[in-house]
Amino acid sequence: MNMVSDRIEKRIELKAPISRVWRALTDYREFGEWFQVKIDGPFVPGQFSRGSITYPGYEHVRWEAVIEKMEPEQLFSFTWGHPKSIDKTSYWPDSSNLPTTLVEFRLEKTPTGTLLMLSESGFDKLPDDLRLEAFRRNEGGWTEQMKNIESHVTQKA
Amino acid sequence: MSPRRHRRVAAKGQAQALVFAALGDATRLALVAKLSTGEPRSISQLTLGFRLTRQAITKHLRVLESAGIVRNAHAGRESLFEVDREPIVAAREYLAHVSQQWDQALSRLKTFVEE
Repeated sequence: MNMVSDRIEKRIELKAPISRVWRALTDYREFGEWFQVKIDGPFVPGQFSRGSITYPGYEHVRWEAVIEKMEPEQLFSFTWGHPKSIDKTSYWPDSSNLPTTLVEFRLEKTPTGTLLMLSESGFDKLPDDLRLEAFRRNEGGWTEQMKNIESHVTQKA
Repeated sequence: MSPRRHRRVAAKGQAQALVFAALGDATRLALVAKLSTGEPRSISQLTLGFRLTRQAITKHLRVLESAGIVRNAHAGRESLFEVDREPIVAAREYLAHVSQQWDQALSRLKTFVEE
């Protein structure tokens, strides 16, 4: 593993047919269920998708993405903005200026269900105080996380 | 946020963004790895093992320096470089944060499609 990567990659085995997973990803209502966002309308490649987060405490935060690719049961992707701040007092949904990352979901059929591979890339383009902001809002879990990171960096480096 | 604090935060964030770009290169990653023992090294020492000129290595070191990943320290006439870990940690933090959010979302997806 590189010391610092500009992407996140995840693989997860799902005990559900690929058609089921595809629907959960690309039907805007189903996506909203597990992602915890209320989306205004269906996903259409090349178009904006808008809505609001339903995760408790974050209801004032807007969801905004541009749907990129929808290749049935293979690839679903979108770019989305990383808000500058999610504070109620300072949050403004100025989507046009938000830096974006690319999120890709790739699906593969397995004997027991579906392999889902997620990647999010483009973190190198995120400017300004985004990372500090994220750090600040997630303070609680960070003391522990910091130790992990520190020991990881120390070991690997 | 006070203008002063805002400037400080923005400047720090900018520096962190640079880290990703600076480390997106095999030679520079290798240089950081060499320096990661914590011991300052001269450009000549750092050039050893690379099929690159001293000038090329110096250029890479300047990129790392402007991203705040390494520091230039002088010892007499010699120019030494040492690693500064803080920006690397900060960049990792942000990825770790987003990564953790994906873990939670994917676990909700798993429950959702398997039930």
